[in-house]
Amino acid sequence: MDWSLPPNFSTHGDVIDQLFWIILGLTGLAFVLVEGGIIWFLVRYRGTPSRRAHYTHGSNRLEVVWTVIPAVIIVVLGGYSAMVWDDIKNENKFPEDALEFTVIGKQFEWNVVYPGVDEVLGTSDDFEVRNQFHFPAGENVIVNLRSEDVIHSFFIPELRVKQDAVPGMDNIRIWFDSREPGQFEIACAELCGLGHYRMEASVTAHARADFDAWQASQVAENGGE
Amino acid sequence: MAHAAAVNRPPERGLDVYTQKVGMWVFLCSEVMFFAGLIGSYIVLRFGALENTWPEPAEVLAVNITAFNTFLLICSSVTMVKAFAAAQAHDDQGIKKWLLATTLIGAGFLGVQVYEYNELINHHFTPSNCVVVRNGVEETCSILYGSTFYTMTGFHGFHVLLGVICLGWATIRAYRGHWSGGNSRGIEILGLYWHFVDLVWIILFTIVYLI
Amino acid sequence: MATAIAEPTGRAVIEEAHPQSFLRKYLFSTDHKVIAAQFLFYTLFFLMIGGLLAVLMRQQIAWPTEPLTLGGILPETMVAKATDGAYMLPEFYNALVTMHGSVMVFLAIMPMLVGVWANFLIPLQLGAHDMAFPRLNMLSFWTMVPAGILTLASFFVVGGAAGAGWTLYAPLSARPDLTGVEMGQILWLIALVFVGLSSILGSVNYITTVINMRAPGMTWFRMPLTVWALFITAILGLLAMPVLSAAGIMLIFDQTIGTSFFIPSNAAGDALSGQPLLWQHLFWFFGHPEVYILILPAMGFTSEILAVGSRKPVFGYKAMVWALISIAFLGFIVWGHHMFQSGMNPALGLAFTVSTLFIAVPSAIKTFNWMGTMWRGNLQLHSAMLFAVGFVAMFAIGGLSGVFMASTPVDIYIHDTYFIVAHIHYVLFGGSLFALFGAIYFWFPKMFGRMMNETLGKIHFWLTLVLFNVVFFPMHGVGMAGMMRRIYDWTGYQHLEGIGATNQIITIAAVGLFASGFLFAFNFFWSIWKGEKAPDNPWGASTLEWSVPSPPKHGNWSEIPVVYHGPHEYSHPDVTDKDWLGQNERPDVVTPAAGSH
Repeated sequence: MDWSLPPNFSTHGDVIDQLFWIILGLTGLAFVLVEGGIIWFLVRYRGTPSRRAHYTHGSNRLEVVWTVIPAVIIVVLGGYSAMVWDDIKNENKFPEDALEFTVIGKQFEWNVVYPGVDEVLGTSDDFEVRNQFHFPAGENVIVNLRSEDVIHSFFIPELRVKQDAVPGMDNIRIWFDSREPGQFEIACAELCGLGHYRMEASVTAHARADFDAWQASQVAENGGE
Repeated sequence: MAHAAAVNRPPERGLDVYTQKVGMWVFLCSEVMFFAGLIGSYIVLRFGALENTWPEPAEVLAVNITAFNTFLLICSSVTMVKAFAAAQAHDDQGIKKWLLATTLIGAGFLGVQVYEYNELINHHFTPSNCVVVRNGVEETCSILYGSTFYTMTGFHGFHVLLGVICLGWATIRAYRGHWSGGNSRGIEILGLYWHFVDLVWIILFTIVYLI
Repeated sequence: MATAIAEPTGRAVIEEAHPQSFLRKYLFSTDHKVIAAQFLFYTLFFLMIGGLLAVLMRQQIAWPTEPLTLGGILPETMVAKATDGAYMLPEFYNALVTMHGSVMVFLAIMPMLVGVWANFLIPLQLGAHDMAFPRLNMLSFWTMVPAGILTLASFFVVGGAAGAGWTLYAPLSARPDLTGVEMGQILWLIALVFVGLSSILGSVNYITTVINMRAPGMTWFRMPLTVWALFITAILGLLAMPVLSAAGIMLIFDQTIGTSFFIPSNAAGDALSGQPLLWQHLFWFFGHPEVYILILPAMGFTSEILAVGSRKPVFGYKAMVWALISIAFLGFIVWGHHMFQSGMNPALGLAFTVSTLFIAVPSAIKTFNWMGTMWRGNLQLHSAMLFAVGFVAMFAIGGLSGVFMASTPVDIYIHDTYFIVAHIHYVLFGGSLFALFGAIYFWFPKMFGRMMNETLGKIHFWLTLVLFNVVFFPMHGVGMAGMMRRIYDWTGYQHLEGIGATNQIITIAAVGLFASGFLFAFNFFWSIWKGEKAPDNPWGASTLEWSVPSPPKHGNWSEIPVVYHGPHEYSHPDVTDKDWLGQNERPDVVTPAAGSH
């Protein structure tokens, strides 16, 4: 039985996981208070014919207390979430040195366009590989997401990355990395038709040298065209 | 008992407006949201369209005819007000006359709209096709133009149709003497609906035909 | 008790019900209580259908590679028959996912919350003879009937039932060539338009009735919280449903007459393209208020049942009302939080995060006030009370798990995973359905004139509570592990290797949960015919509906009652002969000081 987050490989994942555990702590505390309180009241104030309930319409002071406390927690949490979100999603903060790929979703496969040895997309040495995403570990990666038919969602659990690919919307850009080499999968997280469940592609984060070697082998393969 | 009621006379309930009228106002709120959904989508799609794919109204539509049609509908609002005034004034002849006028003008609006649709379809402007003639050359344009045009004006026309049916029924009742003796509530409620439909048209005419 | 005073304005006393034909009395009735009962039977039927779809779906999730039990009886459009049994087809699985959600939301929970209880309770609790527009009310039930028939029929048309998810995301829902589902999708959309019409007609009626038909003395802040909740819900429905209807009609046009509102023409995004995100904006502009349509009435029932069961006034009545109003208001400006990962401008995500997190505040206020109501009470733990307490306990979990997805960075990971499935079910099942069961146990005597069996009711509660948690709590864990929603077969994914046993436990419990529904159904139907006769006021409750016979006759009151007190007056120190004070008890008869709050 596996009830935890999968191992994390990405820089963003650290903050996301940290935020997850913070929220789990806060909500866990609230959970214990509420459920504990309910059970305690059920036992303590169980009805007997001899007793009469305490007549009260409430307390304004308490109302203020339990309005303000959650509101403060919420504001802090919201502010922190917003900062993290901005760091991850704001395109102006994307790193300059990132290696760019294009990933095109279509029923039911992921096609990855590689920039080739010049590391620039849209040049003649670009090449495309179906259902295989290789990239160098320890480097920033930007993916331009597209879809050819319906909405798909690009999800790599171990890298804590998820983004919908929407037909008609060119180049939804996402930024992530994998600090260590590893073997993952792209899953589709948005219902996209009867093959939704099997829309997976393998993801390999290589050490840089391995990535170069892999790319060279692909170029050699495609060179004859 | 009477004493208790007098001493503890509880506060009055409700608004000073009769229930059917409240109901119509509430219903119109929901109609506002329905048209807001259609018009909002139109705005999003139109301003999201690429340049030169969304034709100018005059390139496709016969604005003059529709301007006349708009004038008709505004007139029908006036006659509707007259009908209500007549009902309040116990003027039985006036009720018949003005209700009949409103019904006929409303029907006239629908007639012009049907004519307009027919002409447009003959020129291959349909919900799924858009052709515009520029410098003597036929060019395709965004089919969303037709999609939004027919959906918005069509649903408005449907509302007019419902209104005309109710007006026709109210007119028949007028000839049977149903509204005499100051019984003006039904006419007032129908009037609210009719003015709303008129108002929606003025908005639609502005954003579809003029801008 | 309940000495009704002749209304000062001398309103005509309703005539004794004249004999009516069977059709007029039970089928095409304009009596709000009969219409409520019609809605109740209708929605219980669809609750069972929705549950059945869920059980089928769960079996596939637990044993994705094995044949279905009893799969052989399903037609070839749903299963692939092999020598070792019948295997579920992925397209049928998608239809199950879609229709389970759709049926539960639109044909079971929403009409059960609103159609049943707004109809039954608003006139009775406000002291009105009937709804403002009884014939419109009848129409609002009968427009639900074609919706139900079309939904059931859609399973048996060519291509099967709709399979694009209950959220109907375009272009998947708009392009039959990509799903193979054409007729099923259209039928479902037409059904949705009928549901919208029914809901709008109902809302007009409820709102008008609350505004204009309150008994003398029934001021806004003497209305029971149930009526407040139903009133706010009706406003949400009135303003949100037409937007869904408009969007649904546009989607029908996309499929049938060649428009392209939501369909981009090709991948290059050329000039002719429609906008898939427009669908999501329209859907969630409706969809998030819809979430509150599905929970606010439940909050109302719970507040009321907790007060009766605790023998105490509702703690912080006015705070509860303002919390309802602010939840409803916020509900209209948070729709984007369903779309954080949708490709929407990330800057918009910031705005939606803030508004979304703020919904936690009124929700927290309500939870603490419910606990405040129980505090120092004299708790009567009958079935209705148990379900109301269960509601608070389960809704709290659903509310807390909502904080995870409101935090946008965390949402990146848990969006579209089973964590969301767990969340929605804690709110919709642990929340809405628990409160609904409570409401049925509570108002059944008033509706049918007989009591439901308490022992069976308590067994039903404990089975539901335990099995519900066994089904849905582990889904948080499965979601954390990264299991995507709407997955027909998860065995191909390396990160999901460890979830098999959990999924099997969930499914076994889900079958038990479904079965426990039949215990309820047995109790329900048996009690209608054979239950113990109900007194007028079995729970010692203070609101107006308990001052008339069980069941009330057509027209409810011979004379409209006059209201002197707040809605939830229990254990008032000046009232010594009993521990409740009816809203229409005359102060000079009871005690001069008995305060109307």
